[in-house]
Amino acid sequence: MKTHRKTQTRFTYLFFALLFPFLFAACQQQEEVVKSNRNKNEDIKVVGTMKAELTAPPHVPKPIGKRTAKRLFVDMEIIEEVAEMDNGVEYVYWTFGGSVPGSFIRTRVGDIVEFTLKNHPDNKLPHNIDLHAVTGQGGGAEASFVAPGQQKTFSFKTLNPGLYVYHCATAPVGMHIANGMYGLILVEPLGGLPPVDKEYYVMQGDFYTKGKHGEKGLQDFDLQKAVDENPDYVVFNGKVGALTGENALTAQVGETVRIFFGNGGPNLASSFHVIGEIFDKVYLEGGKSINENVQTTLVPAGGSAMLEFTVESPDNLVLVDHSIFRAFNKGALGILSVSGEENHVVYDEGTEAIPYIPQSEIAENTPPQEKEVEAKVEEPAPAPADFDLQNSITKGKKIYSQNCLACHQAEGQGIPKTFPPLAGSDYINGHPEKAINAVVNGLTGEIKVNGETYNSAMPAQRLSDEDVAAVLNFVYSNWGNNGTTITPEQVKNNK
Amino acid sequence: MLRYFTIAIFFLFHLNVNGQEIEMRKIEGGVYVPLYGSQEEVQVEIEPFYMDAKPVTHQEFAEFIKQYPQWSKENVKALFADASYLTKWTADGEVPKHLINSPVNNVSWYAAKAYCECQDKRLPTTDEWEFAAMASENSIDAREDSLFNQKIVSGYEKPKTYLKEVGQSTPNYYGVYDLHGLVWEWVYDFNSIMITGESRSNNNTDANLFCAGGAVSANDLMNYAAFMRYAIRSSLKARNTMSNMGFRCVKDYDKNELELNQ
Repeated sequence: MKTHRKTQTRFTYLFFALLFPFLFAACQQQEEVVKSNRNKNEDIKVVGTMKAELTAPPHVPKPIGKRTAKRLFVDMEIIEEVAEMDNGVEYVYWTFGGSVPGSFIRTRVGDIVEFTLKNHPDNKLPHNIDLHAVTGQGGGAEASFVAPGQQKTFSFKTLNPGLYVYHCATAPVGMHIANGMYGLILVEPLGGLPPVDKEYYVMQGDFYTKGKHGEKGLQDFDLQKAVDENPDYVVFNGKVGALTGENALTAQVGETVRIFFGNGGPNLASSFHVIGEIFDKVYLEGGKSINENVQTTLVPAGGSAMLEFTVESPDNLVLVDHSIFRAFNKGALGILSVSGEENHVVYDEGTEAIPYIPQSEIAENTPPQEKEVEAKVEEPAPAPADFDLQNSITKGKKIYSQNCLACHQAEGQGIPKTFPPLAGSDYINGHPEKAINAVVNGLTGEIKVNGETYNSAMPAQRLSDEDVAAVLNFVYSNWGNNGTTITPEQVKNNK
Repeated sequence: MLRYFTIAIFFLFHLNVNGQEIEMRKIEGGVYVPLYGSQEEVQVEIEPFYMDAKPVTHQEFAEFIKQYPQWSKENVKALFADASYLTKWTADGEVPKHLINSPVNNVSWYAAKAYCECQDKRLPTTDEWEFAAMASENSIDAREDSLFNQKIVSGYEKPKTYLKEVGQSTPNYYGVYDLHGLVWEWVYDFNSIMITGESRSNNNTDANLFCAGGAVSANDLMNYAAFMRYAIRSSLKARNTMSNMGFRCVKDYDKNELELNQ
């Protein structure tokens, strides 16, 4: 028994003796691990100084390329100002640098950013900035807290490459963000991001107004809606239409586009999607990890993503939040207009549309051509003096974009071989009765427009006489058409 | 008798400083829970006091400077006012015509305090100011009234309200004008709540104030308006001046004076 215990004790000693070097080694190893946990980017040498280029959306500053890390001066002014959120809808925006989102800041890893925040003397409120690219108190919030008419400077070293959101963090924080106080700061990795042909800056935000979506006039911030997370507007770059029409982003076929996409919130996450494209690369959450071949990427409030894709076909690519009612009812819609040669290998528009009439309906079908003949009998009466043509045209523009634009296109040019043009059309110019008939009854079968044959089907439009007149007046007063005036009475008489 | 007479003379004098009567309104005191104490239900007792019916105007401040030229744009010590002091005035220290009846702005806390003291008044405390400012037209505490609060918050958002004239809006329950809607106002203890620039951490002394910023409570509309006032106060130093910051004075309620006055 005794011997046995002794042996056991000896074994125990032996065990510890053998284990000791391992324990020691383990300790040492741990120490090394601690050392390597330290962010090595802290040691990047800073050589020289420069003033940061700041840009308003959708533009971004020039890439950093191969430049050394520098002491980078960022000079940003906070401005509270009234601007348009939608047609006739105004809002008091609080901005970093006069735009929503705020100025884009481009740095590289290892830079020491010397940040000066200036609060315009006419502003009413104190503000500050929390940059997610900062490791330090509040992302700079406390150091940058500044009253109207004052300025403050603080500095930080960029340790982690990535695309980061910045925002105001002054109480009430939610309200400062809801009024537009957010933007993006990019920290490029060593050697810079791979070069691309086009770079754009797009940021989503949700807005809460006293009046409903579209209600005109200066709209106050609605706290209750913000608390309920029920926005009236969900938009890209601060307003409805910031990226459509004349403001559309552009690219050429074959170019690679990079979008620096951020989401300021304050509340909603974004299901960011580009209609008619696939993201070749997504830098997930603005970080290092890259996913490929992505259709829709989820970007949280206070988060970002970098998206890269090569555009293959000439088209208007549509940027949306694929939580789709936000796109079509709240404004989260933008256009990337791609021009260039069609590539029929990648995409071919296919054959002309031909009428599809189920067998059962053929018997009931009346050829619309006959109706046209009937309609031709009488020339329409001239417009009465009290008819407000201008008002009608304005109204018609809206109706056109809702009912006609998808086929006949924004400039009335139509789509070759499929949808006939309205611009300079010999079918409608001089034949208002034909135009009225097409809108009221629809038009199916072969017609000739400007020498081209079309064999297609247009559904009857459910519009009031007044609206039919309005949309036709819009068409006739644009795109080289002859300016014919249509009154609701004419529409009624031609039915 | 002589004592009373002296007081009476004194009273008449200080109400008529600069040859014009500055209207004051009596604020009946009371007990209320200010925003920053709301989590601990700390009640504050307010003694009755008199408050200027309107914010001090440019015109009034110019007359004060005539008597106390050390507070002119030219003479003021840099210690007591920053470079934007009275910046809306002309270079030779005149009030532009369109501002005569607007609330004086770009004045430092030191200047505001001196103005009040030179009239035997004082700046209101934060609690006094907040107490008077929670009254709507017909209620002494309208903080739960969402319309009242919405109006205040939207007023805070509107730019350049310092250009408006004083006394044009509807007075509140006490007959006091423009506590909301024109300019922020200096209070005596403006920096007594140690709010840091960080509005979100919960281990600061302002924990009560700003933790609640994230919480949804029944009275959060009231909180939003008040948050903004506390935030602006805490962002300032006593020598700072702002386009949107003016002031008004108060004085203690003295029973004897009242009796004499009547």
